Amino acid sequence: MKLEERFAEVEQRLQPLKAIGRNPGSMMFDSIVSPTVGILDGLEVLLFGTNNYLGMTFDPACIDASVEATRNYGVGTTGSRVANGTYGPHKALERRVAAFYGRRGAIVFSTGYSANLGTICGLAGQGDQILIDADSHASIYDACRMSGAEIIRFRHNSAADLEKKLRRLEGRDGIKLVVTEGIFSMLGDSAPLAEISAVTRNAGPGVYLLVDEAHSLGVLGENGRGKCEAEGVEDDVDFIVGTFSKSVGCVGGFCVSNIEGFDALRLLSRPYMFTASMTPGTAAAAEEGFRQMQENPARFQRLMRNAEALYAGLAKRGFDLGPEPSPVVAVKCPDAPRAVMLWNQLIDAGLYTNIAIPPATPNALSLLRVSVSAAHSSGQIARAMDILERTAAGLGIIEPSERATPELVAEGDVENTSRTMAQPRIADTVESRTKAAV
Amino acid sequence: MTDSPDLAEKVLGLLKEKVGGDVVLTVDSDIVADTGLDSVSVMDLVMEIEDEFDVTIPLDRMATVKTVKDMAGVIETVQQ
Repeated sequence: MKLEERFAEVEQRLQPLKAIGRNPGSMMFDSIVSPTVGILDGLEVLLFGTNNYLGMTFDPACIDASVEATRNYGVGTTGSRVANGTYGPHKALERRVAAFYGRRGAIVFSTGYSANLGTICGLAGQGDQILIDADSHASIYDACRMSGAEIIRFRHNSAADLEKKLRRLEGRDGIKLVVTEGIFSMLGDSAPLAEISAVTRNAGPGVYLLVDEAHSLGVLGENGRGKCEAEGVEDDVDFIVGTFSKSVGCVGGFCVSNIEGFDALRLLSRPYMFTASMTPGTAAAAEEGFRQMQENPARFQRLMRNAEALYAGLAKRGFDLGPEPSPVVAVKCPDAPRAVMLWNQLIDAGLYTNIAIPPATPNALSLLRVSVSAAHSSGQIARAMDILERTAAGLGIIEPSERATPELVAEGDVENTSRTMAQPRIADTVESRTKAAV
Repeated sequence: MTDSPDLAEKVLGLLKEKVGGDVVLTVDSDIVADTGLDSVSVMDLVMEIEDEFDVTIPLDRMATVKTVKDMAGVIETVQQ
């Protein structure tokens, strides 16, 4: 087969989606007005598909820190830390992340994807076994393949299946690494970490637990440390991986651990050694983001209040949702074409969400993935629910309601937010709104 | 490939349940090409097979599996 034919096949597979409307993989924003409003093809849309859980993207202190580090160190490092050295912002960020988690060591990576890749394939290799939750993120699957270790899947969120599979490995040489996630990105459900950590601990020495808190950092736990903190199992978790690209608002990833000699992972990890390091600007912004999470835990409470309001409101309107309230609210659609139609019509009506269809989803589900932020006002959430209700009812996804524009909030609420970009101190204005909301 | 027809028939039964409909399948059927199953569904089938035969099938062992008979062969290997 020629490469041109392979490209043509991809294009052909996209055709049914394109025939319905937009191509979800290539949306173009004209501008981003605030953490909650953007301009998409000339349309002002409410952003409910960003993973910007704490609304940090326009935080003025993060922007200032990023600008200052860029002026001091330049726009990039032009190489990996192993070759080109560590810059001040990298070290400061690692100290901050380690302190946030109360762990001895932290290593940062250029993206969340490479944090999983770099950590997992650095910890386990040929002759070892990695046991992963079946619904794990693609970065975890890719890391396992890259590691050369034996890859064993256990049923989603089933500590019993994990226990069974660990028992079958008894007596086998090699490291056993159990990998799961705090909150799963597609359905917004969370792992039963108390049970999973107990099973892992009982399996004896040589069995380690890694939890990816990408979607639960800054979301769960009194101090925002994630699902491990929320379930009180931090001492039983050997490695926590996370990303700066969701609640922290920029890009990059990390792994923290208390294990003696953890720093050696840097030299075992090809994705750490052979990628350019985080830019000084993003490292400084991420550090400031962590500082703010430490100092302003009210944001977590605001976020969960918003998540619960959105989840309860959509459930009340008859939507079939993921199993529990979280900042990722998955709306189940009857089939992929209707999911695509719903997603398109929501944009036309001023609401941007994410779409997820098979084979990217568990159990062949067609989902609209709605993510909520602490920066959303209650008015924006009510408006988003109203748009969702009207549009989904029009497509037969839910029963039409007799209520006329229920809880509809003033357009001004959205417009006021969008106007903030027109002023010279944009970020201040957006932040003041965020703080007011919190 | 397996020499055990019983094992292959049992796998075929699980595959038929998964695929449903009127698709004609045999022990020589290609698990992906002849069924239209996507990669996630195939992985789910593997878990059902693991439960049925009380074995663990590491993901990397699946690289050589194309047909129902191939799958039965992998089960035989991991049972040993």
